[in-house]
Amino acid sequence: MTDTLLKIENLHACVEDKHILKGIDLTLDYGQVHAIMGPNGSGKSTLANVLAGRDGYEITEGRVWYRGHDLLAMPPEERAREGVFLAFQYPVEIPGVSNIYFLKAALNAIRKHRGESEVDAMDFILLVKEKMKRMQMDEQFLYRAINEGFSGGEKKRNEILQMLVLEPTLCLLDEIDSGLDIDALKIVAEGIEALRSPERGFLMVTHYQRLLDYVQPDVVHVFANGRIVKSGGPELARELETKGYGWIEHYLEAQAR
Amino acid sequence: MTLSAEALALYQDAVESLASNSPAWLAGLRRKALDRFATNGFPSPREEEWKYTNITAIERKGFAVATSMGEVDPAWIGSLLLPECWHLVLIDGHFARDLSHPALVGDVVFCDMEAAKLRHADLLAEGFGQAVDVDHGFIDFNTALFQGGALIRLNPGTRLEQPIQILHILTQAAAIPTRHLIQIGEEAEATVIESHAGVAAGLTAHVSEVLLGKNASLKHFIIQEDHQRAFHFGGLYVRQETGSRLAQTQFALGGFLARSEIHVTIGKDCETLLDGLHWANGRRHLDTHTRLVHAKPNGTSRENYKVIAEERGRSVFQGRIVVEPGAQKTDAAMNNRNLLLSDDAEVDSKPQLEIYADDVKCAHGVTIGQLDPDALFYLQTRGIDAESARQLLLYGFVNELIEAVDVEPLRGYLHRQLDRRFHAIPLEENP
Ligand SMILES: Nc1ncnc2c1ncn2[C@@H]1O[C@H](COP(=O)(O)OP(=O)(O)OP(=O)(O)O)[C@@H](O)[C@H]1O
Ligand SMILES: [Mg+2]
Repeated sequence: MTDTLLKIENLHACVEDKHILKGIDLTLDYGQVHAIMGPNGSGKSTLANVLAGRDGYEITEGRVWYRGHDLLAMPPEERAREGVFLAFQYPVEIPGVSNIYFLKAALNAIRKHRGESEVDAMDFILLVKEKMKRMQMDEQFLYRAINEGFSGGEKKRNEILQMLVLEPTLCLLDEIDSGLDIDALKIVAEGIEALRSPERGFLMVTHYQRLLDYVQPDVVHVFANGRIVKSGGPELARELETKGYGWIEHYLEAQAR
Repeated sequence: MTLSAEALALYQDAVESLASNSPAWLAGLRRKALDRFATNGFPSPREEEWKYTNITAIERKGFAVATSMGEVDPAWIGSLLLPECWHLVLIDGHFARDLSHPALVGDVVFCDMEAAKLRHADLLAEGFGQAVDVDHGFIDFNTALFQGGALIRLNPGTRLEQPIQILHILTQAAAIPTRHLIQIGEEAEATVIESHAGVAAGLTAHVSEVLLGKNASLKHFIIQEDHQRAFHFGGLYVRQETGSRLAQTQFALGGFLARSEIHVTIGKDCETLLDGLHWANGRRHLDTHTRLVHAKPNGTSRENYKVIAEERGRSVFQGRIVVEPGAQKTDAAMNNRNLLLSDDAEVDSKPQLEIYADDVKCAHGVTIGQLDPDALFYLQTRGIDAESARQLLLYGFVNELIEAVDVEPLRGYLHRQLDRRFHAIPLEENP
């Protein structure tokens, strides 16, 4: 654990010639929770996707170090096996593949990478059921196709369920709180808190203070137009909540001048 | 194309021998069918309906009709027979009594074609040819030359709890014309599974006729797992009386060149559901041709065909829906989803709507595409490598259809077959 968990240096990314990330610098240490806030379209999901390894982005400048390794050089599955997890803003529906099969295949892929044996079928069921109980998910979700016909909130819970089962080291949570009712938000937040530990870190994209009331961040970053325009403590999120993003626009205008 | 004199002579003797052992009406039909076949031969690619499926290779082979039953490995047959079903096995078109269950008589008649000719001549005469409303070389060939097959007849109000499975085995490089007649009486219900498997590069030339009485219900399955060098023609012709329901599902997984035709004449207040899968891998050519004729008002039809075309595989889907004048309130929807997974694979999809009534709903959709990149990425972010993710999505694509099969022993069988194909990852059945 000598290396930093995540170190992003001057990251620039383009999609189809559109410059979206314009120089991101961010250091996330073990044990930390960082929140990323910012207006729609400012590039928050793009950052999360680039970190998880989605195709279609061109990295024009910059580096990303994950535990001392060049993260951008790894294919997505290797990042996952090395402990990177992305909870999607819009989880994908996969018809015909049951949740339980998927979870088991994922867990085994990660275990294999670590040189561990396949999980015992019985142990696996017990493990998953315990985590489902925590997420207050009915067991029938195990046998349904991945996210298919799940409500918005159920999909988000399912993301956290996967996170609880896979126990990643770096958790990227993209608007895990959107579409959740008040109770579900609490359950999801408790799921995140349960994993919070000195061995892992969280990067949470959110638009709302509500989540941060449950999961206290160490650092809050404000994104605008592909850059981090301000970083601060938890009070920054509250400031945003009261002031809105208006003052960022002033900031940007000032910067443009 | 007109048949050559030698080719004709080959079939003439066979028809005469079959005719001598058929009731007079059938002998007459056989001879007439042979005459037409002699003139027209097998369909030519110049015909619109056969444009995408060139069967000149079949003509060139000049298959003789199988005159005897080949050897089979009973253990293999055992693996194809589904538990909890009533079995009838045809080997090269010949009834394999030892491998079949005893015939049924009474409210349910279920027997092989020879027994039908002897004991149920009236039923045969009454139903034969009543559902086939198209005419082409394969049907004529079948009518002239079929020898084996099955007769299924349910008296009104009868419910057949146990599914019927008719297993067709092909063991020789010969033509195997078989024919079934399925008559489901008023308010009666049955499940019929037609399975095709083989070990040789022969030609299956099969016709099933189905007559569904008022408010009758039939679940019908076709499982085509022929030898990878084999030719297959399978025609299903259905006539639905008022209020009846047909749910047909086919899995086209085998063969070299296989064409499946499903023609349904849909009566008043009927429901017609067609589902299917083409798995066109290797050099397989799979063709499904459906024609639904909404002849009376208030019929509902749904067609969902899924296609995987990979390697050098080729898939053809032609779906025709005809809404006849007066068939008001028809509600028809047809959907064909194609996964085109390699540069050398090919997919042709041709929906055709002919609507002669004004108050109808008719929808059709065709998609041709690759595996969903978002889904692939999603799986990869969970540690599943790209190739396994691809396999898993394909598995899901097929499994969705298998999960919808509500005949437990068949669903179990299909799961096992599917799992065998996905050796890359050890997939398991859902509980
Ligand atoms: N594949 C793409 N092609 C073109 N533009 C894209 C693509 N992906 C993202 N963008 C654009 O990049 C910008 C940043 O998108 P991103 O999804 O990262 O925003 P976000 O900050 O997550 O917004 P939100 O809060 O609405 O989720 C947007 O203007 C978006 O339209
Ligand atoms: Mg976003």
